[in-house]
Amino acid sequence: MRFLNSEILKFILLALFILILPHVAHEGYLLNVLVFVGIHSILALALNLLLGYAGQISLGHAGFFGLGAYISGILTATYSLNPWIAMLIAASVVTLLSFAVGFPVLKLKGHYLAMATLGLGVIIYIVFNEAVDYTGGPSGLSGIPNLSIGTFSFDTDIRNYYLIWTFALIAIALSLNLVHSRIGRALRAIHDSEVAARVMGVNARLMKVQIFALSAGLSAIAGSLYAHTMTFVSPASFGFNFSVELVTMVIIGGLASIYGSLLGAALLTVLPELLRAFQDYDIIVYGLLLIIMTMFMPGGLAKGFPQAASYLRTRFGKRSSPDA
Amino acid sequence: MELSDQIAQYLVSGLSTGAIYALIGLGFAIIYNSTEIINFAQGELVMLGGMFALFFINFLHLPLPLAVLSAVASTTAAGVLFERLTIRPLKAATPLSLIIITIGGSILIRGIAMLVWGKDTHAIPAFSGTEPILIGTATILPQHLWIFALTLLAIAMNKLFFNYTITGKAMRACAVNKRAAGLVGIDVRKMVLYSFAISASLGSLAGIIVAPLTMTSYDVGIMLGLKGFCAAIIGGLSAGAGTVLGGLLLGVLESLGAGLISSGYKDAIAFIILLLILFIRPQGLFGKAETERV
Repeated sequence: MRFLNSEILKFILLALFILILPHVAHEGYLLNVLVFVGIHSILALALNLLLGYAGQISLGHAGFFGLGAYISGILTATYSLNPWIAMLIAASVVTLLSFAVGFPVLKLKGHYLAMATLGLGVIIYIVFNEAVDYTGGPSGLSGIPNLSIGTFSFDTDIRNYYLIWTFALIAIALSLNLVHSRIGRALRAIHDSEVAARVMGVNARLMKVQIFALSAGLSAIAGSLYAHTMTFVSPASFGFNFSVELVTMVIIGGLASIYGSLLGAALLTVLPELLRAFQDYDIIVYGLLLIIMTMFMPGGLAKGFPQAASYLRTRFGKRSSPDA
Repeated sequence: MELSDQIAQYLVSGLSTGAIYALIGLGFAIIYNSTEIINFAQGELVMLGGMFALFFINFLHLPLPLAVLSAVASTTAAGVLFERLTIRPLKAATPLSLIIITIGGSILIRGIAMLVWGKDTHAIPAFSGTEPILIGTATILPQHLWIFALTLLAIAMNKLFFNYTITGKAMRACAVNKRAAGLVGIDVRKMVLYSFAISASLGSLAGIIVAPLTMTSYDVGIMLGLKGFCAAIIGGLSAGAGTVLGGLLLGVLESLGAGLISSGYKDAIAFIILLLILFIRPQGLFGKAETERV
């Protein structure tokens, strides 16, 4: 019970922090970056449920993100549907689609799974480029309306900030609830040993597909939010590179750590802004980060900080003990 | 042009791209067999081959054979360096950490190539002119002949190496059972290094011989690498005939699909084949089903 209370306390502190942040960082540009941190947090969270908790990699999540953005964008810009309904349709379609595709895909393991999800992502990306009649092709789709409630339209950075972080907080709360439930324990069991999990009565196959569908659906919602915030989408935002970037966020933040995902998303969104001077060469930094984190800090920042702290403590302890 | 003539033409170009995919696929298979790693950076080594060739031919003005050899040697060195710096020091390697570290490596190599050679597309001169040769109703470029000849040579040399040299046999032993190979005195870590060297040299050769036809730039590695992987999967990740046939099949299907169905969806064809094979026959078209050991 005490554990649960500390979780709730952490969540409330985060919510307060998010509520206050725009009053400190109210400059337009910074606020815009924070909007992206929010969208990326939802995506990293979605991928972490699959990658960190269930231990199943996906190199195609940019595709699901893009599907959400395009379905929502096309339904509203071309068929002038209400954005909220479009978002609901986008999320449902992507969830159902990934549920169907999940059965053959998640039968695969390791490298095969990585390549299959990568293939899915690339196929989706090619469709964005080639189905010009619907998507506008490489030049993109514009004229997507903002979300609105009555006459209140989410058309400024500050309004979008609160909109997207509301979604992000809901996603965090649901994820926390999920991973501390029976399902969360079952997922971790699958991660450690699928065979053992199945012996214990976990329907591993179905559960993997369900978490895959949930993760894809959540990414689609993030995509829909992205489309209605930016009012413009183009295929370049949903390529293989972005899938890798999402995996990087999860790894850097920490596998199987909800708040780690936030940290990873924040770092990888803010870092390119700081590296602006290097233009496209920030890609080298990503590569190095991936290698170095995997080699030296496989638990990510969320576990790395406490680890580093305890390492330093023991070192200090050893050094001071001869004197004592 | 008659439809049959067109098809003959698609077959010629399909087979030559297929030969490239086969070389890259062999690189995947050789590393996989000795380490159970899928090297996501394989495509970048292909790119490096083309880029180094560009450097030696256009910049240092070396004679062609020397330039090709230097480019293969440089890329092989890069492959060896990659193994020594990332794969070998990795403690407690899991499939996931290996996937991520090789992806990290591929991004890093691509980034460095962009830094060194810029973002432009570069052309390498064809090995012996661009005068088309008429065979039946199809025309073929001299570069296509070079591709076929050098691919055949590389495959033959691989075959000889793995079947008739003591090192090659030791590497095959590692592929069958690493522990047992270690017990009979084979230096497994050295064999892993060799497998990276061989697959880097095969990949770079592919990158060099295809560059005069398709041009090269810092980002060609991703697609070529993925197609090569697709060839290896069709072949059941065998470091031999299976992967070569897989590459040729993929090249021909892609070329026919691009010509007869839609060129925009050309790249999607390879991935649809990849997914179908993974879903229906993950052991490859020619392989036998394996039972999973727990």
